[in-house]
Amino acid sequence: MTGELLHYEDFQVGDAKTHGPFTLSADLIREYAREWDPQPFHLDEELARNSVLGGLCASGWQVCAIMNRLMVDGYAAHAAGLGSFGVGEVKWLKPVYAGDELTLRYTVLDRRVSSSKPDMGIVTMRWEAIDQHGTVKTEMTGVNLFKVRHPARPEAAAS
Amino acid sequence: MSGYTSIWLEDFEPGQHAVYGEHHFTREAVLAFARQYDPQRFHLDDEAAAKTHFKRLSASGWHTAAACMKLLAAWHFRLRAEAEARGEPLPALGPSPGYQNLQWIKPVYPGDTITFSGTITGARQMKSRPGWGLITLTPEGHNQHGDKVYAYDSTVMVACRGNTGT
Repeated sequence: MTGELLHYEDFQVGDAKTHGPFTLSADLIREYAREWDPQPFHLDEELARNSVLGGLCASGWQVCAIMNRLMVDGYAAHAAGLGSFGVGEVKWLKPVYAGDELTLRYTVLDRRVSSSKPDMGIVTMRWEAIDQHGTVKTEMTGVNLFKVRHPARPEAAAS
Repeated sequence: MSGYTSIWLEDFEPGQHAVYGEHHFTREAVLAFARQYDPQRFHLDDEAAAKTHFKRLSASGWHTAAACMKLLAAWHFRLRAEAEARGEPLPALGPSPGYQNLQWIKPVYPGDTITFSGTITGARQMKSRPGWGLITLTPEGHNQHGDKVYAYDSTVMVACRGNTGT
């Protein structure tokens, strides 16, 4: 993307957009699981089929990381972003299976300028990972920090 | 490393604590994780990072989260291996429905060693699923200076005694 970076002012409450897809292969599920979350239902297809999850599925933490990747490619890479200080809630609603194609839908829930840092905007988002059938697999609510394009000057705030 | 040894729902009690272990974040690993899952400039480029409130290159928060899961899982699987070695039955493995209040309190920098630990905050049977319960716990990460850098409130399904999943 060319042109000016996205700033706090470019995110309005109620805005909703979809980015992706990201196709999750069995190899990528196992690669992440071997390194970070070596539970049998993320590694072994046969054991996974007999578990409560019903098949080889991604670590929930990998799903969060993929949602983050979709967020970066979708808008954060083109934004004056300042990271995040947290995630309020994650619901791993349904397993994400090998072969699933995930898209990310974000909705802006709230926004405000930091009281201590007037050049930092705090945008609260809901992100949903949605599969190829339209099923929401994971729902996450958290914060993106963006630079404020036109921070209020101290004298303006005082008047 | 020391701490609770519970693997069945009935053995978990609020206040039980364990030090799961340490994870060292190399520059190479920080960059590799960021390239795959979090390619924002301040996780990839020293100059870009210097211009942000992070001051310098820092690890993706999802890298920190992954490292915590790695050590939490290793702790649990070590307890299962010990039970198996004693000839005891093993509980069915349960998934997690999610978590709350995940906080990246301070940046994790290349070269940092984070000690991950956790405290059990609750344990109860599930009315909707016989043989299963839910435990809540608060995992945390502290850096080598003793500063808390990471915390969240986790919920995990744990098998009741006798539920071996077979």
